[in-house]
Amino acid sequence: MDLSQLLFTGVAQGCIYGLIALGFVLIYKATEMVNFAQGDLMMIGAFVAFTLIAGLGLPYWLGLLGAVLVLAAAGYLLDVVLLRPLSGQPAFAVVILTISLGFVLRAVAGVVWGHNPVSFATPFSGKLLTVGPAMIAQENVAIIFGTLLLCGLLYLFFRHTRVGVAMQAVAQNQLAAYYMGIPVKRLSSTIWAISAAVAAVAGVLMAPVALIEPQMGFLGIKAFAAAVIGGFGSLPGALLGGLIVGLGEQFAGAWLGQGFKEATAYLLMLTVLVMRPGGLLAQVRRKKV
Amino acid sequence: MGEPLLSVRNIETYYGPVMAIRGVSLDVHPGSIVTILGGNGAGKTTILKTISGAIDPQKGSVRFLGREISRRDPDWVARQGIAHVPEGREVFPFLTVRENLALGAYCRRDRTGIRHDLELVYEYFPMLRERADQQAAYLSGGQQQMLAIGRALMARPQLMLLDEPSLGLAPRLVREIFAIIVRLNREQGVSMLLVEQNARMGLQAGQYGYVLEVGRIVMEDTCERLLQSEDVREFYLGIKDRGIRGQRRWKRRKTWR
Repeated sequence: MDLSQLLFTGVAQGCIYGLIALGFVLIYKATEMVNFAQGDLMMIGAFVAFTLIAGLGLPYWLGLLGAVLVLAAAGYLLDVVLLRPLSGQPAFAVVILTISLGFVLRAVAGVVWGHNPVSFATPFSGKLLTVGPAMIAQENVAIIFGTLLLCGLLYLFFRHTRVGVAMQAVAQNQLAAYYMGIPVKRLSSTIWAISAAVAAVAGVLMAPVALIEPQMGFLGIKAFAAAVIGGFGSLPGALLGGLIVGLGEQFAGAWLGQGFKEATAYLLMLTVLVMRPGGLLAQVRRKKV
Repeated sequence: MGEPLLSVRNIETYYGPVMAIRGVSLDVHPGSIVTILGGNGAGKTTILKTISGAIDPQKGSVRFLGREISRRDPDWVARQGIAHVPEGREVFPFLTVRENLALGAYCRRDRTGIRHDLELVYEYFPMLRERADQQAAYLSGGQQQMLAIGRALMARPQLMLLDEPSLGLAPRLVREIFAIIVRLNREQGVSMLLVEQNARMGLQAGQYGYVLEVGRIVMEDTCERLLQSEDVREFYLGIKDRGIRGQRRWKRRKTWR
């Protein structure tokens, strides 16, 4: 593979990691919980899209929209039913809960959709885009553009809407947000919905380049590493971390041998943790008395 | 005096197994400033948190405008017209001053009213206008306190709960902030429940006062009389009257022990 192709594949893969990492960070910032089932939500999102597109014969875009809506609703309910009763409990309880939730989701997906990898047709499948000397798979272009678009939307939402700013407030100081009359519980559930929706987008975007199967959610662990690299708690950091992991993997695979590819994310995470324990783009928090 | 705006009756609040409030009752009448004095760990903050719903009391009732408000979520309580200015300001550090103020009005829908009140806050605290686009984290402690009060004012509350507005501030700033608190009360008609360690400022600002020790109210009176009281003078204001023999009477006991 030549350089430009490595670069593009790496960026596209990095975008997927970045999107899932974004989900981790969104939930962590708003509720101080870590949702280890983030990758599995992506898997469910991909399967729901598969059912809508390949099963019911809906057009791709409707399938994408449907998967996003289903996952958003699921995310909201997850928070209301499972996580809210745990508020006030040690963080450890939430970690165990979400890890086991991941197991449950994988098992359920295996029962509903089977363990054989599936895929569905997308408008981008198998097409190539020629940019100068480089041949780029359109799937990768779609991933990159989809990620950019989604991040742009999220940025506008969090910076310029009333609810978005209130969500930032909840993330920065939950008790003070309560005192402002902000419905913190409802907004936290909405954040779960947004994270699950973002995961669904990642799953659908990724479907053409990876097969859909119940174990695909394990990718979430690499995305977790990406979030840590970016500085858990920073949204741009999550994307940056995703890109670093995605690119690092491609180059390590090409130059050091395939065996290194799988370890890259964790090696990068360890390096960053040692050199800069707060992550690359950690928000500095200081409080004056 | 008519119906109190806020009436707290026999609340008992626990922090885990520790009983922090041991049966406290107090009233805030419309338009007044009520001060609660107490040292470290007396339970001052816990009382305010119980009123605003951040902690639920084990027993007792909290009524606001004749309606029971205990054991509800704090955002619901805030929407009833109680604005809590927490201890240590607790501004939103990475949001701008303007965004902080806008969040104070989160529950309001009247755009013209909000704009009017924003101007009002800027009039009381001109510094906030100058720094409207700065992140709150970069304000000094006193400026953050002003932001916290301004943010609470943006909700147009009927009752403001002020938790140690003097905490960590230089004496000049403390006087400045208390002057504004009194003005807000007189000019905007906001009733206030003020919790203070700084007894002199607290009693000078307030009309009625309660003295809290280890979770109990041990004294209550008008602030004027509290300022004159021997015990408050000695234990909270640090004024030591000389005895007849020209030296301090030692082994003096608080009357309530």
